Amino acid sequence: MNENEQPLKSEALADDPWQQLKGFTRARIALGRVGSSLPTREVLDFGMSHAMARDAVHLALDMDQLAAGIAELGYDTVQVNSCAPDRATYLLRPDLGRRLSDADSEKLLAMRSASPIDLLIVVGDGLSSLAVERHVQGLLAEIKAIFPPDWSTGPVVLVRQARVAIADTIGELLNARMVAMLIGERPGLSSPDSLGVYLTYDPRTGRNDADRNCISNVRPEGLIYAAAARKLLWLARESMRLKLSGVALKDESDAVEIEVQAAPRLPGETA
Amino acid sequence: MKYSHSVGQVHYTFTDLKDVLAKATPARSGDYLAGVAAETYAERMAARMCLADIPLRQFLQEAVVPYEEDEVTRLIMDTHDATAFAEISHLTVGGFRDWLLSDIADSATLKRVAPGITPEMAAAVSKLMRNQDLILVARKCHVTTAFRNTIGLPGRLSVRLQPNHPTDDARGIAASMLDGLLYGSGDAVIGINPATDSIPALMDLYYLVDEVINQYGIPTQSCVLTHVTNQIQVMEKGAPVDLVFQSIAGTEKANQSFGINLGILQEAYDAALALKRGTVGNNVMYFETGQGSALSANANFGVDQQTVEARAYAVARRFSPLLSNTVVGFIGPEYLYDGKQIIRAGLEDHFCGKLLGLPLGCDVCYTNHAEADQDDMDTLMTLLGAAGITFIMGIPGADDIMLNYQTTSFHDALYLRKVLGLKPAPEFEQWLMKMNIMDAQGLVQPVRIGHHMLQNMPKNLLSAA
Repeated sequence: MNENEQPLKSEALADDPWQQLKGFTRARIALGRVGSSLPTREVLDFGMSHAMARDAVHLALDMDQLAAGIAELGYDTVQVNSCAPDRATYLLRPDLGRRLSDADSEKLLAMRSASPIDLLIVVGDGLSSLAVERHVQGLLAEIKAIFPPDWSTGPVVLVRQARVAIADTIGELLNARMVAMLIGERPGLSSPDSLGVYLTYDPRTGRNDADRNCISNVRPEGLIYAAAARKLLWLARESMRLKLSGVALKDESDAVEIEVQAAPRLPGETA
Repeated sequence: MKYSHSVGQVHYTFTDLKDVLAKATPARSGDYLAGVAAETYAERMAARMCLADIPLRQFLQEAVVPYEEDEVTRLIMDTHDATAFAEISHLTVGGFRDWLLSDIADSATLKRVAPGITPEMAAAVSKLMRNQDLILVARKCHVTTAFRNTIGLPGRLSVRLQPNHPTDDARGIAASMLDGLLYGSGDAVIGINPATDSIPALMDLYYLVDEVINQYGIPTQSCVLTHVTNQIQVMEKGAPVDLVFQSIAGTEKANQSFGINLGILQEAYDAALALKRGTVGNNVMYFETGQGSALSANANFGVDQQTVEARAYAVARRFSPLLSNTVVGFIGPEYLYDGKQIIRAGLEDHFCGKLLGLPLGCDVCYTNHAEADQDDMDTLMTLLGAAGITFIMGIPGADDIMLNYQTTSFHDALYLRKVLGLKPAPEFEQWLMKMNIMDAQGLVQPVRIGHHMLQNMPKNLLSAA
């Protein structure tokens, strides 16, 4: 099409007169209609988003680059693999993604220290390595800035072809009181790079979803790093105090947040 | 009972009832993952032939999950209605299929017999049915429920308006709500999946939807899809709770992984009933289920995922829900691999739910790691529309920006109503006409800038617009 030409607008297209509401959400509102169906431009736009999300699922995570970035924050890292050898197997066999490879189980067991780690951090590619690539370093920096300095963290464990529950096994092997799993969530059309955080108290193989607390949609357009780190800190403190995590640990951090903001900061604590 | 079938020289044997059921199931990735699927095409057909000859009575003798170990099995067995069952007690599974398709089984008969049908019987017969059988029989099952409007009348299709926002932003949620209402969606429920678990933030969401419903006088109900224990807490704190939601599964152990049991559901049910917020009825529960959830919690006991799913409907049925929703493609390709498997599962779930007397709707959906796209959703929603589905989801542009999956849109619901001549719930239909959103023929009307709903947006929410 010639650049100077205005795109032809079909007389069949009815625009919605609430376009201004688009400023409040990235949801696909005020799309207009032809009859009661979607206009051509929206069908094509959706198709392109889907194509990009499909591609994101299959992108492989560059672990060495990630490890280098995390090392810059002052964390040691260790890389391990699940039992899923490739992406195709990973997608069809979540059980393999939850299981640590035998060699890496031994490797981690050899690293186990007698004194427990307070909060172990595990990073898994999950269903979006794009999320891990873009957000793990930023979130870890915020976590490092506000977490109690007397809490031990141990090395950050990076897992290929990982599902959430593999962190429980890793936490158990490394003698962790709590484990936080940072993992790529299933990519959405408007958010191919959403990061999830799962906290488990007393992690061990066989824990289930009801034993974990979840912070989802961590990314600049969703829950920003600093807010996610504060939420994690709140949950981790409560978890440590109550000696549990999951459905029995209610997230009331939003109410507390207001109090925290109003209260004078403790030495060493930043927003 | 011994289970076997011979084809020529080949003799197929099955260890027990659940083995026959699993091997008779149309192929799907979740049953391979569980290691319970038939190994060959011929074994699958032999299992179906074996299944066809099993008397329905056997299902009352042989539990697929042990009675002593599982409260869902105890619920199924202990509440079985022998009187209702009498009418079909002489049948085999194959004979049951014939009976269901025959004209003897009209809507009144099916309703009468429903309490005598166990989930396992429903699942079993579905395995012998083709897609058209699942559609035809489900269409004959009429299940009507009510809260502030009447759901499930023949010729009607309701829509759950799902205005999710990744950070629960009040204005973002309100914007999607308004968009959906102006497209004629929201009669099943306005139901938000919150990003947060925090009680104060959840309270805000209840007040937000309640304000919109009151502002426009909409004959519909709200729901916030957080854990049932959170909902008990917010009810204690006085939040305006219409429907209580919970995800449920078909075994006690799977429900345990969701942090619930029948006792907790009963507690929430009683609390919601006591609020007496319904105007035309008092069905106060909203359940969601989906094939594969039990296996994903390591709690399937060697039972195929479709049979476990049907067992979840026994849990739902116990609490007379307004709505029960099978979220069919949400769980991912390890359970339902592609469009073909998702379509089949959606039709099975809808059939089983309706046969058991549930107001079954379907979240016709898929994730980006499944081999499926909008064409598959079009196919499934059209088939379910023909089958008389109670409700589907309505999400802006079919893209849920909080849960990261694709489902059906406001436009999709209009398509389905148009193609199949379906109307919204009657009270809601009247409201849409009063608001000049829809005419008497069901066609959406042009909305101009001066429209009542755009001029009177909820206070403090959209005034900035």
